[in-house]
Amino acid sequence: MSNTAITAITMPKWGLSMVEGKVIEWLVEENTTIAVGDEIMDIETEKIANTFEALDSGVLKRKVAEPDQSLPIGALLGVLAESNISDEDIDAFIKDFQANYTPPEIQEGEESETSYAWVEIDDYRIRYLRMGVDKRNIILIHGFGGDLDRWLFTQGPLSANASVYSLDLPGHGQSTKTIRDGSVAAMASLVTKFMDHVGIDHAHLVGHSLGGAIALQTTINDPDKVDALSLIATAGIGVEINGSYISGFVQAESRREIKPLLQQLVGDPSLINRNLIDDILKYKRLDGVTEALEIIATEFIDRDQQTIDFRNHLASLSIPVHVIWGSADQIIPASHAKNLPGNVNVDVLEGFGHLVQVEAAGEVNKLLQG
Amino acid sequence: MGRKILYQDAINEALDQEMARDDSVIVMGEDVVGGTGASGEMDAWGGVLGVTKGLYGKYGNRIMDSPISESALVGAAVGAAATGMRPVCELMFIDFMGVCFDQIYNQAAKFRYMFGGKATTPVVIRTMYGAGFRAAAQHSQCLYNIFTHVPGLKVVMPSSPYDAKGLLIQAIRDDDPVIFCEHKALYATEGDVPEESYAIPFGEANIVREGDDVTIVALGRMVRFATKAAEALVADGINCEIVDPRTSSPLDEETILESVEATGRLVVVDESNPRCSMATDISSLVSQKGFSSLQAPIEMVTAPHTPVPFSGALEDLYIPSPDKIEAAVRKTAAYGN
Repeated sequence: MSNTAITAITMPKWGLSMVEGKVIEWLVEENTTIAVGDEIMDIETEKIANTFEALDSGVLKRKVAEPDQSLPIGALLGVLAESNISDEDIDAFIKDFQANYTPPEIQEGEESETSYAWVEIDDYRIRYLRMGVDKRNIILIHGFGGDLDRWLFTQGPLSANASVYSLDLPGHGQSTKTIRDGSVAAMASLVTKFMDHVGIDHAHLVGHSLGGAIALQTTINDPDKVDALSLIATAGIGVEINGSYISGFVQAESRREIKPLLQQLVGDPSLINRNLIDDILKYKRLDGVTEALEIIATEFIDRDQQTIDFRNHLASLSIPVHVIWGSADQIIPASHAKNLPGNVNVDVLEGFGHLVQVEAAGEVNKLLQG
Repeated sequence: MGRKILYQDAINEALDQEMARDDSVIVMGEDVVGGTGASGEMDAWGGVLGVTKGLYGKYGNRIMDSPISESALVGAAVGAAATGMRPVCELMFIDFMGVCFDQIYNQAAKFRYMFGGKATTPVVIRTMYGAGFRAAAQHSQCLYNIFTHVPGLKVVMPSSPYDAKGLLIQAIRDDDPVIFCEHKALYATEGDVPEESYAIPFGEANIVREGDDVTIVALGRMVRFATKAAEALVADGINCEIVDPRTSSPLDEETILESVEATGRLVVVDESNPRCSMATDISSLVSQKGFSSLQAPIEMVTAPHTPVPFSGALEDLYIPSPDKIEAAVRKTAAYGN
């Protein structure tokens, strides 16, 4: 609990572009005691639906927001307080909050536009996003078919005590779509060059899926540049991979084709909403994307098998290595997290899918910070 | 997040990017250079509404002003397409199509079929449609239904800047003749449009809004009106799903049927006259293939079966409005409840 006896629960800001969220439902009843990290509400944003976890503890004295209500970030959702606080005090708190609250002004593109930056590396124009200012550096590397938005729920929280960078790999997001070499080795050398371009000597690398393999390769190439390695549902440490997901994703052109594929990424298929599907389709329709994805895919998989394997390198790494997986991963099986060498920390989160950093953002963030 | 541009600039950008990518793309029409006829005019106006502004300076003679003879213009474009060019021809108003119909429905639409698949006709005819501009009966019609009726033509009706760019790029790359219908009232609307090139496949409807009580199928400008109605209806607990087919030919039947299967109630909004229209076409589709899903009669919101009135007061009443859509949704939602 914070210093005051009464705490506001407010609409979170998940990612740069979020200006408002829609309350889907409350997951807790009034007068229940809530601990930090408890799931309190399902919220839908322009990008994705997710569960909002409590940032403070206390008794949920009042639900202010109602299901189906769309509210700007920072708006009052509910009130937490110690159990002995009276209803009158809660009423006064709400009245005071609402009187002083002004929704953030929507800048016509300005604020969000300037937050993305681009670097020219070789022939590529690479988009990246930096959040936070600190001596510690973290670089977030997304997986196949993803982009820096996959770190929507990760980058903000980690930036509280680190400079956190996320980037769009070539062929992805808003980076250059024409790819010459789609190999993991080429992507890893790009990550190293990215560090040089943005002026960081060393960083904690966090990679998801194919991004994990790229982070591993980067570490093997330049061990001095890497402080720690966090590998989430990573490629490159086992053989099996869901090849029909990969080829289906590359070929899919319509909502009807892509929706069942995306639902394989999560334990709870209802997270895949219209906006997320639209975003992926908009990306897939860009000129050059299908070709880029084909080039990258052939470099690391052959049907249902991965053709890259760094598993034997793990034992020789002298930096902290953390492997995180969702037990219900349908793309790369969580069994790859088993029987790893003793220097590797392993956490398998029960019931979550391949996009575990999105689905169980709170827990994964704690593991990344821990 | 994204960059916001106007609908008309999205069309300009699609033309620009495709002309840069493919030398066989040419633009022809009345006033598309600027109407001065003078060579070297770098900053010509670019059509009556400035949609092709800037292209003449970049591409020179690949942007061609035509005489005021729609039959000659469309005939030349169809012929150029048959011999390997990819012409984008602009017919200022859809109402003028009457004088070039042989070129469109007897020639362009038939070549591939009658020559056993050996000929392609990759022509795009861009044209303005729609009421609301006090332009009277000969400059305000919604004649897309006439083209939808003709096999061999593809008919496109973008409702947003994002769709306008992606569908026009697809239209230019498509090997069949495409009638590309732009609503006058949408040119000044704004929306997120990626700078990179992209193509939206034909026959892929957009679910503009999700809801589980009533399905609204709306086309072109009517998508915006339907959205307005749907937002107002939320207060009464009615959640509408809005399906924008984007193209009337080919038509994404599956998305419409799937949506009605979930909601059981359908309102079709079509700015055109009510007979032999997209409204009747979609209604017949759903009553034939989705009959068992329906929990209420299908409602249609259309213009009446009259020419577009010149009187401003009458024209406003003529066009389907958000209020009329709202009333139709309430009616179907209340049926049987």
